[in-house]
Amino acid sequence: MAFRNYILVCGGTACESSKANAIYEAFISELKAQGVSDEVQVVKTGCFGFCEQGPIVKILPEDSFYVQVNPEDVKELVAEHIVKGREVKRLLYVKEGSRKHAKVEDIEFYQKQFRIVLRNCGFIDPENIDEYIAREGYAALEKVLFEMSAEDVINELKTAGLRGRGGAGFPTWMKWNFTRQAESDQKYIVVNADEGDPGAYMDRSTLEGDPHSVLEAMAIAGRTVGANQGYIYIRAEYPLAIKRLEIAMAQAREYGLLGKDILGSGFDFDIEIRLGAGAFVCGEETALLASIEGKRGMPVPRPPFPAVKGLWGKPTVINNVETWANIPVIILKGGDWFSQIGTADSHGTKVFALTGKIRNSGLVEVPMGTTLREIIYDIGGGIANDKEFKAVQTGGPSGGVITKDFLDTPIDFGSLTKLGSMMGSGGMIIMDEDDCIVDVAKFYLNFSVDESCGKCAPCRIGGRSLANLLEKITKGNGELADLDQMIEIGNAMKKASLCALGQTAPNPILSTLHYFRDEYLAHVVDKKCPAGKCKSLISYHILPDKCIGCTACARKCPVAAIAGERREVHVIDQAACIKCGVCYETCKFGAIEVR
Amino acid sequence: MAKMTLEELRKLRDTKKGEIQKRDIAGKDSQIIVGMGTCGIAAGAKVVLDAFLQELDAHKVENVSVTQTGCMGLCYVEPTVEVLTPGMPPVIYGKVDAAVAKAIVEDHIMRNKMVSDHVFDRPSADILKDGGK
Repeated sequence: MAFRNYILVCGGTACESSKANAIYEAFISELKAQGVSDEVQVVKTGCFGFCEQGPIVKILPEDSFYVQVNPEDVKELVAEHIVKGREVKRLLYVKEGSRKHAKVEDIEFYQKQFRIVLRNCGFIDPENIDEYIAREGYAALEKVLFEMSAEDVINELKTAGLRGRGGAGFPTWMKWNFTRQAESDQKYIVVNADEGDPGAYMDRSTLEGDPHSVLEAMAIAGRTVGANQGYIYIRAEYPLAIKRLEIAMAQAREYGLLGKDILGSGFDFDIEIRLGAGAFVCGEETALLASIEGKRGMPVPRPPFPAVKGLWGKPTVINNVETWANIPVIILKGGDWFSQIGTADSHGTKVFALTGKIRNSGLVEVPMGTTLREIIYDIGGGIANDKEFKAVQTGGPSGGVITKDFLDTPIDFGSLTKLGSMMGSGGMIIMDEDDCIVDVAKFYLNFSVDESCGKCAPCRIGGRSLANLLEKITKGNGELADLDQMIEIGNAMKKASLCALGQTAPNPILSTLHYFRDEYLAHVVDKKCPAGKCKSLISYHILPDKCIGCTACARKCPVAAIAGERREVHVIDQAACIKCGVCYETCKFGAIEVR
Repeated sequence: MAKMTLEELRKLRDTKKGEIQKRDIAGKDSQIIVGMGTCGIAAGAKVVLDAFLQELDAHKVENVSVTQTGCMGLCYVEPTVEVLTPGMPPVIYGKVDAAVAKAIVEDHIMRNKMVSDHVFDRPSADILKDGGK
């Protein structure tokens, strides 16, 4: 049966949490009710990336992009769009500042993107292997099994210049080649899906939207390095991704694309899932491997690298989800094609999760070398509520901040490191003028301190000392010497910590101290928090000439710290004030000032 | 399905590719737009729409997207269909039924030859795009 319309409903976690499932069900039953169910196919796809506007429903072939759809809207969509062919204008995406209803191709969010990793996300049904196969799925595996030698595969990756997308950017071909050359009776393939950076969710979306791309890549690696067992280490907090992986693995086994004698080639390969219990350090590869073995997730010193001595002491290829998703495309389109995308030292694309004070938060994939300005302003739509851009945090708790002055830097592995931040896994958190930089540094540092496994002293003790110093500063007790001491401790941690968690934990502090020393000085010397975030350093005051005595603030104050009669100027009792800011939000006359 | 051989996988990919390509709008340079206002539907536009889909499928024509629109104003010759294809003037066909749909696919789309008996108009100019001139 040929279908005349296709309804693509986003089934990513973000949209599912806002009722995408109910929308899907509603479409199925409504199409039946209106007698068109056999003419229209409803597909639950992976994430479209435009999470800010979710739940998203795309209807093809008209390419109508409906946003913030409710289950109650479904009836109208079917009656109007499907039956009568009239778009439901009120649900179409409207570009900020224009009254035009945008087609997908007109939406700036998508214009600058280039999708390799997310090629199938938002287009295919991730729970149906046939749809993946239809999009050249498992064709790369075919090629590797029947046409290419292991050396060819390694060479193709070398030409492509693919570097690990998990953060460090190590050349993938070298990892594979070390494992290939290692002599061993048993080798392993491991997927690192222990995505833990605050605000990062590109791996989750990839697994939810296109699980087969990772499975196929694992089999390719298995064939290349001589491994026939793979493990996917994924955090238990990703139930939907786990479910889709399990479905995908079952379907691949049924088709004989996993298991014994794949496609009659004589090559055996199978995969198991291992669930992580949510320890951040398990994203570090040696800790991750320990966790798979059933041991406590703690890092061990490298070398030896996992490529030579990994899981159960055997040579192991371990790569991040996004790296894996690139592999089938590189095999099919060739390393030359891939190497032409991006910059001189970083080829291909990178997926970023845009969050924070940004208008269009969501998932974006751009060629390496795209500038921060393009990502934040053109794709992200700029800062929410027309506030002033302050900084962007990249690389999660291991990264640093990048300021306004560097917005035009083309992003790649090298340029971000030079700016004192790092690529990391791709979380990008946007901050505006209301964010206090010391508070932000404190948040990331406390994250690393909480997640430190405690094995090595520099990380365990250094991290705690840094946290105490930051606490002291935000409480208004900071001294100038504290700033120098933080730099000293930070540098020591960088040198002496056992794994990347400790080595990079001071980065948020070192980088904010570098770019925003003035703001630290304001906290330490003037005992002020310019952004008004650090409670110990601010006080609320009522401006007598603006207060009209409406009593609104006094009634809302939870500790009754505001006194004043009707139509008379009110006063805040500073001793009783808990600085919750309710009065500030309540006042309609701008009569309350933060000092 | 049981375990597949290489040939079976390739065959499956080819059939499924055709199905999923219909969903993909990239690379489709021709459009068949079926007027499906109340008048069109009453005159049988739904049958026509299905006929187009079946014919395109039968001839494995993959560069055409079939969409629907509201009433084109030619209610006296419903069902009406607008056909846009490169190298041919834009045309509105009227009094289309399943047989005419077949002819449109086979002649107009595949052989660049108009189905003369059913040409009724050309599409109206897009006044929004031309600034109302």
